[in-house]
Amino acid sequence: MQVTFKLFATLMPYLPAGAEKNAVEIEVKPETTINQLIDQYRVPRAQVHLVLLNGLFLNESDRDQPMQEGDTLAIWPPVAGG
Amino acid sequence: MTWTKKVLRVNLTEGSVNEEPLNMDWAAEYIGQRGLATRYLVAETDPACDPLGPDNKLIFATGPLTGTAVSTAARYSVITKSPLTGAIACSNSGGFLGAELKSAGWDMIIFEGKSPSPVMLNIINENAELVPADDLWGKSVWETDRLIHEKSGDPQTRVAAVGRSAEAGCLYSAIINDLHRAAGRSGVGTVMASKNLKAVAVRGTRGVGNIKDPARFMKSVAEEKQVLAENAVTGQGLPALGTQVLMNVINEIGALPTNNMQLSQFEGAHNISGEAMLEPRKSDGKPNLTTNAACFGCTIACGRISTVDRTHFSIENKPEYWGNSGGLEYEAAWAMGADTGVDDLDAVTYVNFICNEDGMDPISFGATVAAAMEMYEKGAITKEQTDGVELKFGSAEALVWCVERVATGEGFGADLGLGSKRLCQKYGHPELSMTVKGQEFPAYDPRGIQGMGLTYATSNRGACHLRSYTVASEVLGIPEKTDPAVTEGKAGLVKAFQDATAAVDSMGLCVFTTFAWTLDNMAPQMDAACEGDWTVDRLVEAGERIWNLERDYNIKAGLTGADDNLPERLLKEASKAAPTEGQVCNLDQMLPEYYQLRGWTADGQVTDELRQKFSLPG
Repeated sequence: MQVTFKLFATLMPYLPAGAEKNAVEIEVKPETTINQLIDQYRVPRAQVHLVLLNGLFLNESDRDQPMQEGDTLAIWPPVAGG
Repeated sequence: MTWTKKVLRVNLTEGSVNEEPLNMDWAAEYIGQRGLATRYLVAETDPACDPLGPDNKLIFATGPLTGTAVSTAARYSVITKSPLTGAIACSNSGGFLGAELKSAGWDMIIFEGKSPSPVMLNIINENAELVPADDLWGKSVWETDRLIHEKSGDPQTRVAAVGRSAEAGCLYSAIINDLHRAAGRSGVGTVMASKNLKAVAVRGTRGVGNIKDPARFMKSVAEEKQVLAENAVTGQGLPALGTQVLMNVINEIGALPTNNMQLSQFEGAHNISGEAMLEPRKSDGKPNLTTNAACFGCTIACGRISTVDRTHFSIENKPEYWGNSGGLEYEAAWAMGADTGVDDLDAVTYVNFICNEDGMDPISFGATVAAAMEMYEKGAITKEQTDGVELKFGSAEALVWCVERVATGEGFGADLGLGSKRLCQKYGHPELSMTVKGQEFPAYDPRGIQGMGLTYATSNRGACHLRSYTVASEVLGIPEKTDPAVTEGKAGLVKAFQDATAAVDSMGLCVFTTFAWTLDNMAPQMDAACEGDWTVDRLVEAGERIWNLERDYNIKAGLTGADDNLPERLLKEASKAAPTEGQVCNLDQMLPEYYQLRGWTADGQVTDELRQKFSLPG
C-alpha cells in the first residue's frame, strides 16, 4: 500500500532519494507500523519527537499501530519557534 | 546589583536631558524592563491620553540582567500607549542596543513631550545630548543608521531609529535597532515619530558590573548555558532552522491561517518554510539562508541572515538589495506569505527587508494586506485605490507593491498603514479584520489551537503570541504535551504562561530560553546577580503583579472585558483543514474560568483585593 512519508528540520538527511518538499510517496507492506517505518529509514528514535499521523499528534505509545493506505506520516525532532 | 540605578529623562518639549535615580522600591516589585517601565508609565501618564500627543511617554527600558553574561541577556523593551490599540504597548527587541545602553550606565530612558523639530538622542556613556536631526528626517532606518555611523566614526555605535513609515503615520511602525532587530508590535515607532524623535544612538564602554555574588553568578551562568547547549531545540533546532521551522509544523496540524484566516492550511507553505530557506536556488545555486546570527550574549543564535535571488523581479534592478540582511522569522513569513496566499520566498524575503528598512511590523503589515486582498476580491476595494494593481490573494507583485507604498505612506499605502481594523472599517467590512483590540493576529489559528484563542483574547497588547505561548505545550510538547483541540485546562495554562513570560520579559532575557529553561533555571542567575532574594515564587508573583498592572492600565484607558474577544470568523466559521475540520475557537468555554483564576470580576475588572495584594497604584 502507498503512504506519504515526511521528515523535517534536522531529520531531512534521512529522507530517501526522490523526496520533494520534505515528502516522498512510498510503498509499504500492509500492517507496517509507524515505528517500523521509522526504523526502516534509520531515523534515530531519540530524535523522533513530534509525530503527526494525518496531522494529528501521536504519543510514543501509539506508534506501534499499523498504517493505513493513503496515510501521511510527518516527523520532527524537538523544534520550537514563534 | 546589575541595575545601574540611573534613569535618563529626556524632555523633548524643553530639549532637556537629566539623570535621576531609579526607583528601587519599584524595581523590587516589578524587576525591570517591561514591568518596571510599565510602573513608571502608570505613575506618569493618564491612560486616557492621546497616544500620539505630547502627554504620552515613550520608555526604553532594560532588565537587570541585560548586558550581563547570562545567555540571551540582550533585551530591551519599549513601553508606551499604543496608537494601534489604545492599550498598553510593550515591544521587546534583541540585537545589541539594549546591552549597549546598559553598558553606558542607564537602566532606562524616559522620553516625554514633543520636540518642535526633528531630533535624535546621542548617548556616549554618562554623556547624553539631544541634537538636531533635520537631515535624518525623511530617511529610511538603514540610511539613518549609515549617516549616524558616518558622523560618529565608531562602528560600535548602536542605533535605534524609525523609518519613513512612522513619519507618515503608519499605525504599526516599529523601532528598528541594529538594522534588522525590531521593537516591532503595537506602533511604538509611530509614537516615537510623533515626538519628532528620529533616532537614539548609544555607545557604552563601562560594562555591566556590581554583580552581587560574582563567583556564584559565573558558576550558575555556565551551568545554564550548558542546559541551552544540550537541549535539542535551543542547541540544534533554532540555530539550524530558526523560528521558521514552525511553518510546516503548523500547516501540517491544520492551524496555519491562510488568506486572511479564511482557511487553516496553505498549499504553498513548504515554499516559504525554514526547510525551503536551505534549498539551493536554481539561478545561482545559493540558498536563501546565508547564515544564522546571534544577539548580544546569546548562545542560541536563531537569527536569520538571508539574500534574495538577484534575478527576482523585486530586486533585479535594485543592486542595493543584493546583499545579506535580516531574513524571515516565522511570524513574518506567515503574515506576508500564508495569510496573503503568497508562496514566493524571494518576494516575502524582499518585503521583510523593506519592513526592516522603513520600520514596519511585518505581522500587522502582512495581515492588513491580507484583509485588503479579501476586500478587493469582494469588490469593496477596487483598482481605483490600487492604481490598477490586482490586489488578489497569491499575488507576489501586489504584496511588493503594497510594502513599497506603506514604507513611505504614498497613495493607498496610507490606508494600509491604518492597520486591518481601521482599513476594514473604512471600506465597510469591519467583520473582515482579524484583530483583537485592534492588533493583528500572529501565525496560529485558534480554531486549531484553543489555548491560543484565549491567549489572543486576553493579551494586554492585543492579539499577540508572545504573551503566553501555549503553542509550546499544545503543539510542541514543551514542557509537556496538551491537546490543542480541547479547552479544558487552558485557562490555567494561559495564566501560567502569561505570568512567567512577564517575569522573563522584565529580567532582560529572551523568551526563547523557555524552550529549555524554566524559572528554576533563571532564578539562580537572577539571585546571584541582583540584590534581594530572587526565588521562583518571587518571580512568578512579580509576573502576576505586572500582568494585573497592565490590565488595570487598559481598563483605565477605556477598554473593558468586551474587548477580550475574537473576530466572529474564528468563533463561528469552522476550520476546513482536515486535521482540524469542523472546529471553531470555543473562547466562551475558557474566558470565565480565566477571569476566575485571575481573581477578576465576572466582567474582567481588577478587584480592590488584588490591588491591595500586589500594591498596585490606585
